[in-house]
Amino acid sequence: MRLSLPARAALCLITIATLLFLYLPLVVVARLSFNPAKSVAWPGWSGYTTDWWSKAWESDAPREALLNSCKVALVATVIALVLGTLAAMAMTRFGFFGKDVVSFLLVLPIALPGIVTGIALQNTFSRTIDLGLFSFKVGFGFHSLVIAHATFCVVVAYNNVVARLRRSSPNLLEASADLGAHGSQTFRYITFPLVRSAMLAGGILAFALSFDEIVVTTFTAGSGFETLPQWILANFSRPQNVPLVNVMATFVMIVSIPLAWLAQRLSDGGDGGDGGAGR
Amino acid sequence: MPAIQLVRLRKTFGRDGHDSHQVVAVDDVDLEIAEGEFFSLLGPSGSGKTTVLRMIAGFELPTGGAVLLGGQDVTRAAPYDRDVNTVFQDYALFPHLTVQQNVEYGLKVKGIGRAERRQRAAEMLESVRLGSFGKRKPHEMSGGQRQRVALARALVNKPKVLLLDEPLGALDLKLREEMQVELKTIQREVGITFVFVTHDQGEALSMSSRIAVFNHGRIEQVGTPREIYDHPQTSFVAGFVGTSNVLDPTTSARVLGVEATHSVRPERIRLVAVGGAGARVDDGEVSVDGIVVDVQYLGAECRVRVQLDDSPAHLLASVPSDGLAGVSPGGPVRLAWSRRAAFTVTATDLDEHSADHLGADFQQGGDEQ
Repeated sequence: MRLSLPARAALCLITIATLLFLYLPLVVVARLSFNPAKSVAWPGWSGYTTDWWSKAWESDAPREALLNSCKVALVATVIALVLGTLAAMAMTRFGFFGKDVVSFLLVLPIALPGIVTGIALQNTFSRTIDLGLFSFKVGFGFHSLVIAHATFCVVVAYNNVVARLRRSSPNLLEASADLGAHGSQTFRYITFPLVRSAMLAGGILAFALSFDEIVVTTFTAGSGFETLPQWILANFSRPQNVPLVNVMATFVMIVSIPLAWLAQRLSDGGDGGDGGAGR
Repeated sequence: MPAIQLVRLRKTFGRDGHDSHQVVAVDDVDLEIAEGEFFSLLGPSGSGKTTVLRMIAGFELPTGGAVLLGGQDVTRAAPYDRDVNTVFQDYALFPHLTVQQNVEYGLKVKGIGRAERRQRAAEMLESVRLGSFGKRKPHEMSGGQRQRVALARALVNKPKVLLLDEPLGALDLKLREEMQVELKTIQREVGITFVFVTHDQGEALSMSSRIAVFNHGRIEQVGTPREIYDHPQTSFVAGFVGTSNVLDPTTSARVLGVEATHSVRPERIRLVAVGGAGARVDDGEVSVDGIVVDVQYLGAECRVRVQLDDSPAHLLASVPSDGLAGVSPGGPVRLAWSRRAAFTVTATDLDEHSADHLGADFQQGGDEQ
């Protein structure tokens, strides 16, 4: 489609303005993490220093919080990938009574407000559940966070894999069985290679979701366990710690940009139909 | 011992008790296919031919009846436990594997050593003239080449039976004709029983040793291409395989003197007297007068559509293009054909394949030859 010169110029300006609006604050945070003054007055910068970075590296609390976030995100992602992929395979391969309802229930957790999920899980985890034969209490800590995060991480894993499976020919599985492959061989040689890149993309997204989750986390972490978002929220209002918060935010940004790029590439380009993606 | 036996094979879709709209896809089909045959399942879409193929392959569980391969009941056996291989309509090549790996796949999952399967796959690719394509990915090949990869991938396993589900449907006309010849040649060379599903009557006639014509989940007729074409037993077969004039009992009574559904091929009808004068009809011939409705030029021949006098019926005659002087729409004409050219058929449902159903009319097959 051809646009007139003024129209193109206007659209170009709007695009630039919007992108600046989105990304300038991130640049400012990054810049502030190298700013000698603690002042939050904006732009208020005066020279460069890496002091805050070394200070952040040396202090235990933010490092521990970062590690905790990574651990929770990693375990929740692995659980989500296993459950999400299996669910996606079931939903694309079989027809059964109530399939539409199950499909809806599978993706619902991501649409549910975190506050609702948080309250519901907090309620459940804090109670002693009596099953007659035995009773147990989930309690709070690393494990409760993993369970809570997995509930919405499953959805992204499922969505990515199900989209890939829907795009590939259903005959592939039949062709594999026809050529003599048992179920496990078909999974190993055909299904898994086809969904591998979709699983990776879903996994990265799930990790990112879990990593910065704060609402559900607040309800399900308990008192002895702190994730990075919790630490940032707690320290953001303490003037002496604001530079450290800037450093942590910048660090996370630097790590997540290549991951986001990779996730996007994998879910767009890694089409099962064009075999070049695997290379 | 027949290669394949189908015994009262039945398949309905829509679950019992759950769905009141049960669709009978395959309705008590009995069939025997001998070893080494090139056997076609011919029928319009939705006639059940592909479902029959899928039940032979093991992708669908029959609702009733049995599938026997080489005398063994495999009705409930999994696809990987059957000595048959399938060429799919969309080829179903594995997109992440090279052509060579695709062809090796069947051997690999059966635990055949790397060296042997390399060699057998390479030989197979050579025999479908794709010897130098082993390293390519399926998406880097043309439709015709993919088709041959699919064939190689199936045949390398040396199955007792090869099932082909409309394998030529996606190819353009020229390539399709080449592949028809090639498939036939390959079948003769390997001597494997081929079961070929198609809706293209020309394809079925030119390639098959025998054909089963399907309609509404039932087999209307089984026979050699010549039997099917020259002696269709039902009005459906007459109309679906080639082009036929089907005369309903009323018209037959008037024209032939017998009250029963009849079929006459257009090429068996000749124009004897253009202009209505000096009509000379041989002994043993039937003749009928009418008015030319239109003339369709097809190159070597023309199709003349004639409205019969005193009857709502139309007849279609195929005549050589050079014998058409004086024939033009609106003119009177006399048609004649040998009594042996018209034979009785059982009237069956013609559904979407019937042209405007007048007292007698012609039906054309799915595809012209």
